[in-house]
Amino acid sequence: MSAQITSLTGRAWVFGDNIDTDVLAPGIYMKGSMAELAQHCLESVDPDFARNVQRGDILVAGENFGMGSSREQAGQALLELGISALVAKSFARIFYRNAINLGLPALVCADADKIRAGDTLSLDPAEGTLAIEGGERLSCEPIPPHLLAMIADGGLLPHLKKKLKGAAA
Amino acid sequence: MSMTLAEKLCAKAAGVPSVTPGEIVTAKVDLAMVHDSSGPRRLVSKLEEIGADVWDPSKVVLITDHYVPAVDAESAAILDLTRKWARDTGVEAFYDMQGICHIVLPERGHLKPGMFVAGGDSHSTTGGAFAAFMIGIGATEMAGVMATGEIWVKVPPTIRIEWTGALGEGLAAKDMMLKLCGELGMGVGNYKAIEYTGPAMTALPMTERMVLSNMAAELGGKVGLIAPDDVTLDYLRAAGADVGDDALDWKSDPDAEVEAIHSFDATTLNPQVAAPHSPENAADAEAHDTVKIDQAYIGACTGAKLGDLRMAAAILGGRKVAPGVRLLVAPASARITNEAAADGTLAVLTEAGAILMPSGCGACAGYGAGVLAAGEVCISSTARNFKGRMGHAESRVYLASPFTVAASAVTGHITDPRAFLMEKAA
Repeated sequence: MSAQITSLTGRAWVFGDNIDTDVLAPGIYMKGSMAELAQHCLESVDPDFARNVQRGDILVAGENFGMGSSREQAGQALLELGISALVAKSFARIFYRNAINLGLPALVCADADKIRAGDTLSLDPAEGTLAIEGGERLSCEPIPPHLLAMIADGGLLPHLKKKLKGAAA
Repeated sequence: MSMTLAEKLCAKAAGVPSVTPGEIVTAKVDLAMVHDSSGPRRLVSKLEEIGADVWDPSKVVLITDHYVPAVDAESAAILDLTRKWARDTGVEAFYDMQGICHIVLPERGHLKPGMFVAGGDSHSTTGGAFAAFMIGIGATEMAGVMATGEIWVKVPPTIRIEWTGALGEGLAAKDMMLKLCGELGMGVGNYKAIEYTGPAMTALPMTERMVLSNMAAELGGKVGLIAPDDVTLDYLRAAGADVGDDALDWKSDPDAEVEAIHSFDATTLNPQVAAPHSPENAADAEAHDTVKIDQAYIGACTGAKLGDLRMAAAILGGRKVAPGVRLLVAPASARITNEAAADGTLAVLTEAGAILMPSGCGACAGYGAGVLAAGEVCISSTARNFKGRMGHAESRVYLASPFTVAASAVTGHITDPRAFLMEKAA
């Protein structure tokens, strides 16, 4: 039985459409450590992001978030900086899979543009709902059960480890 | 039941008679391809964490292309780890510094119609030019594939992109692709299969078709498929792949349901240039002709195949790169370098003033040599011009065909290449 994913509360950072992997994880820093790479995450669209983001914050974006490269460091850099969940109108497919595989909940929300920077959000990834403190309650696309199970296990690797162990037993 | 090519490929990989879009299936992977950036460096600790070995080393292709040749201790260490992993795991299909993965894979006969292939790189869609369902995935996902030989996949609906008419002189698949990015946008194919059809597409040689499949990634597509024909089979057989005539059966049923059909006329297409910082900022080259350039770059999986080098040579023969402009040429594979040397193409380029670079991803994604300083402008035959991708965040990259890149290198500003070709003919 998988652990339940509890709801998440955090402060919103808001970005636009088509945020690409190269601004999330710039190629010129890809050789270095994750800690160093994360310091350059999103710097070409918001130079102060890495410095000001706080553990538990939630990143909100428009269409096609994470387009471009398959580099998983794009999602990892956000995790490294403490981002607890992602909300976007749509995600690029490789990025979406990477985020879920890393255990980072990614919610598709058609009304994501109703969220303002600094809003306090409460998400329930399992239910697919999002509440803006003092404001609207938005519905999100539900995450398919096989992916919820993966997120609950902490990502693809812990999930696989459990499965492989089960198969060996 | 009628199925699209994408659906047939998913059904085969899932071992079921038929599938429908939206259905989630578990696919058996025929081949997994990784490179030095997404590969061993990222996989070793993950496989250790779950206590798994590579499911079948004979189904793995490993290629070094992102950090070659090493330029510092960090890149040298990444390559060293990659080479040791190839030895330790017994992966025989290891191509070290032989070129860019998406080019080397078909060039060495690893792809054929009907395969399901997982690639550790977003431009893995290139394999779709050979009617392989080849998808790009991230490193953790790849660790899962390496451990199990399987991957879950949501069967995609298909968008058909039909190219009618015929391309004019001085135009290339790159112009077709930039036009599509401009007209359809970067997300049109998200979670979907893109299938290219039409006479202007089938008239293209394989290396040009590969551009369409490669940049299906820029449309957001899961795959960029092209049904095989004799052109495909000839290429594959020359590459040493074992393909029977039944490979031609890998095509959409005539009455298969597609989500949308987008039709474009190649005859009226003008050379395209995509302005910073997105391929979707495409417009006629002419619209950018006041833009001065510091660097012209012919490289990457998208734009440095033998055909691409020949396009550049057609412009550069008897001409010189403009003073103050540097033209860098990084052939996409070692084999291409040899072929271009043998047929005289390389000499034309270097006599014009081009600087020959190692085969690899190079400056395209900012990993290798040839990156840009703040304020510099580059015109490039690569696939992406995201902010900061090719170096400093304040550099500016314009995307274009090898014809247009070469013509711009000669004039020092963005230039429609057709005037040069007409001049030559006259």
